[in-house]
Formats: sequence, structure tokens, C-alpha cells
Amino acid sequence: MIDREQVLHVARLARLELTDEEVARMAGELSDVLGHIERIDQLDLEGVAPTTHVVDVPNALRADEPAPSLPRDVVLHCAPAVEADGFSVPSPQA
Amino acid sequence: MTATDAVALTATQAVDALARGDLSAPELFAAYRERAADEELNAFTWVADEAPAAQDGALNGVPVAVKDLFCTKGVPSQSGSRILEGYRPPYTATVVENLEQAGATLLGKTNQDEFAMGSSNENSAFGPVLNPWDRGRVPGGSSGGSAAAVAAGLAPWAIATDTGGSIRQPAALCGIVGMKPTYGAVSRYGMIAFASSLDQAGPLTRDVTDAALLLGHMVSADPRDSTSIGLPEAIRLPEAQRLDGIRLGVPEELSGEAEGIEPGVMEAFERTLRVAEELGASVETMRLPHAEHGLSAYYVLAPAEASSNLARYDGVRYGLRSAGSDLVSLYTQTRHDGFGPEVKRRIMLGTYALSSGYYDAYYGRAQKVRTKIADDFRAAFERFDFVVTPTAPTVAFGLGTKVHDPLAMYLNDYCTVPMSLAGTPAISIPNGLSEGLPTGFQIAGPAFSENAILDAAHALEGAIGFDGAPARAS
Repeated sequence: MIDREQVLHVARLARLELTDEEVARMAGELSDVLGHIERIDQLDLEGVAPTTHVVDVPNALRADEPAPSLPRDVVLHCAPAVEADGFSVPSPQA
Repeated sequence: MTATDAVALTATQAVDALARGDLSAPELFAAYRERAADEELNAFTWVADEAPAAQDGALNGVPVAVKDLFCTKGVPSQSGSRILEGYRPPYTATVVENLEQAGATLLGKTNQDEFAMGSSNENSAFGPVLNPWDRGRVPGGSSGGSAAAVAAGLAPWAIATDTGGSIRQPAALCGIVGMKPTYGAVSRYGMIAFASSLDQAGPLTRDVTDAALLLGHMVSADPRDSTSIGLPEAIRLPEAQRLDGIRLGVPEELSGEAEGIEPGVMEAFERTLRVAEELGASVETMRLPHAEHGLSAYYVLAPAEASSNLARYDGVRYGLRSAGSDLVSLYTQTRHDGFGPEVKRRIMLGTYALSSGYYDAYYGRAQKVRTKIADDFRAAFERFDFVVTPTAPTVAFGLGTKVHDPLAMYLNDYCTVPMSLAGTPAISIPNGLSEGLPTGFQIAGPAFSENAILDAAHALEGAIGFDGAPARAS
């Protein structure tokens, strides 16, 4: 049901490098799981409203007041590479 | 009091012993620290060297074990994943902060399935956790480390998260109590996200009283999580001994021979139904017509949300970075090296379900099934106080037996997923043994019925008389 080309397409969307072996295995496993999921095709869901959130909460608003954020050095301390007070990454065009 | 005597106390008993002065907080911490630092179950990923100074509060310094995915300031928090290697968060999750403000101290971080995806704790970058009842078997998941630690007496109690059963199923497989509260009762701030519309934190404890005490201190409406609303009434310590007038509904779809529920698990479940009747409850078979489609909806919605939540792991801001010649190959290679097989599978499943041309067929339909399941529960709770089921279809299974068959693994969540989709609270309590291994009895109630569930669970717990001591002696 899911072929190699579809696996590669979805992996590209997900920014996920997969080995050839992973691509082959993923095609079979995803097909199995989707086969089970497709049982919901039997249900008549015409006119049913979708649920995005289970608890009935109206807009949760708060006053728009400035508050301190985490200090820059504390946040950058978690990063694998830092340069000039920012996150360092290779060029998109490299 | 000797260390052995201290560790034999439930957390509530320890709180009282500390108040009386029979025990000091440093003594209690040292007793557990020694056990947690020298354990063979692989339940802990990190253990505190010494007791942090406890704040003044009702918990009197009783230590707590915390699932790895809760951010704890300056302490490793990896959600069981290699991709967060070396990450020590600059802030602490609200739930952990609430417990610290109530006087609890952090004993350690517990092992889990990577990003809470799994039902056996075999999908962890730290390796599998062993079940203290039988070390050749899994503890359940995803909160396997928290459950095994509590069952084995390596911690007085633990906190964990439940997205589709990740507190309740390991509680059942390890012979302890686990509760998922109503969606919104606790703040998700600082919980490393899996599926945001389903994730909730809750307690894993030796008994129902401990579950009530711990949950009561976790709950809050938090301005940092706009979906958190707290609970309308404070959690009370349960006292009920009887179930007079309580109406229990047993859904046909989640009992009997449905989806591989083992005969031994059903026998234990039916035994407890008779106990409930002796305590004054009525028991009636009923229907949740869409519950059997819960797994299908869940395995669209949860991976879809996960594929979006996990997009943030790209090797730029925290954790692992793999070498890449350009920006995109840095992303793709980091994610290849950092995520394990199950996480990759769910990212792929979720990305597929959300991709152009498939969105309506999968995600849109799954959201409608979710509505139907929530409607089923609403209708059920007009006739019944609680819906009860076996928590998991099987007892703890052997390590390695299901890890290569995703569908078989997903079926573990068959009885717990419907309540997650409906956002309603549910508890699993120890329900006696089958083949020498623990089984769980699940009690689900309407939204915000936590106190009523805890009362019913307390009454049943007393009548069932389960003995968890063998796991602590192992």
C-alpha cells in the first residue's frame, strides 16, 4: 500500500534521513499500521464535528504584560554550536 | 527507624512519620538514594547525589522519582532520547515545581520509552527496564522506569505522563496504582511534548491514598499552559470502604474476548466485579459503540501531533548535532542519528497522515471518531457512575517479544486509549495475579470526577487486598 517512493517523499517532508534498509522496513510497517487504521472507513461520519480539544475552554486570554525571558547566555549554553551571540549553522547554500 | 522500616512505609505513612519525628527527611532520602543508585532494573537514568534542601510544605521532604521527560533545571532531561543527549534544561516543569513547593525533593529521573512512544520501555536510548516481578519481562510503557521504581521500592512514589495509557498500563503490569487525570487538570509546561491534545501528568504509587496525595499537589491552572484549568474541587484523601448505590458499566467492546484480552486477565477482572457487588455496587454490561475504533483514531492523531512537536529537534538549539555539509543535511542527519526506530516510525506515520491529499482521509476522520468516542462516554455516564475494564489485555510480556511488531505492541493500549481520546480521568489499581504476574483494574469516570474515582478505587483496593511486597523484596 505504501511504496518506496512514498516513504522517500514523506521522509523528505519530515527532514529525516533513512538508510535503504530503513526505507524497506518502513514501507511494510506503515502499510500494516495504516491497514488497521483504515477500519475507520467503515464508520458513517457524515455531519460529525471534529474534536481538536476535549475540554470546553473558551479563549484563554491574559494581560499582555512584558516579563523577562531566559537570559541569552543561559539559552545559548544548551546549543551545540554558538557564534556571535547566536546559534551557529552551516550555510543553506553550501 | 531503620532504613528497611523507612522504605516499607507508603509515602503517606512517611509524611506522617516525618511529622511525628519518627524519621528525618535526610534519613528517608538516604535510604531511597542507596536503593535507587544501586538498582539492577535500569529504572533510573539519573539519581541525585544528595538531598536538595526541602521547602516547607505538606509533603515534609518525602522524595519523588520523576519521569525523564519532565524538564528539571540543571538536571539531565532527555525524554529517553539520544537526540537530547547532554541537555540540561534552564527551567523546571510546573508539575515538578508544584511538588517541590509542597515539600517534595527530587530523588532521580526515571527511564521511559523515547518521547513516551511505546508500551514496553524497550524504545529507550538508555536501554530497556526490567519488571521487578520477573526480570525477563517488560514493565510496560512508556513510564516503565517510574512504575518499576515504585513497584520495587526504589522510590516512595513517582510522577509520569499518560498519552494513551503510559501511566495506567505500566501500573497494571507492575502491580501498582496509576492515575491519568482529566485533560487540563495539570500543567504541561516543561513536559517534553509527545501529543499535546492528549498528554497529561499523573501519579504512580503503591496505593490509592498515595495517588490522591500526590495528584492533589500536582494539579494547577498554569498561565504558562493555556490548556490547563486545574480541578473544580481539591483532591481529598479517599476514605470510602463501600460502593453502595454505585453503578458500574462494563463495556462489551473493552472486555470479554475483545482484541486479545487473555483469559487469566478476564478472570481477575470478573473476580473484582463480584467483589464490587459484595461492596454494594451494581454491575451491568453496556456498550461504547465506537471504543473499538479508539486505537485507529489514536494512531493517527498522536503521531500527527508528534510529527509536528518533534520538528524542533534539528541539531541547532539543544542536544545532539551530527555533521552536515549544508543546513538541510545537518537537520536530516541529526534526526537520523538521534531518533530511535519507533520515533522514526511515528514521525513518518504522522507526516503521512498530515500530508497533502491524505489529511481528510486520516486526520480529519480520526478527529471525527474522537468526537464519537467522547459522545459514547458522555452517554455512558448518564447511566453509570463509572466505566470499568481490564487495564491491559495481557500480563507483562517477555522482553523482545513484541518490539519488532508495531501493531501487536499498539494493541496494549486497546483499553486505555478511549479515555485518553475522551479526555476523561481513569485509574488503574492492582487486581490480583494471573500466572503469578500482576493485572490491573481500570476505573474511568466523567471529566472532573477524580475524587469519586479515588473513593471507589480505595474501597475496591481494601477488598482486593493485593500484596505488592514480593516486588519490593526482589
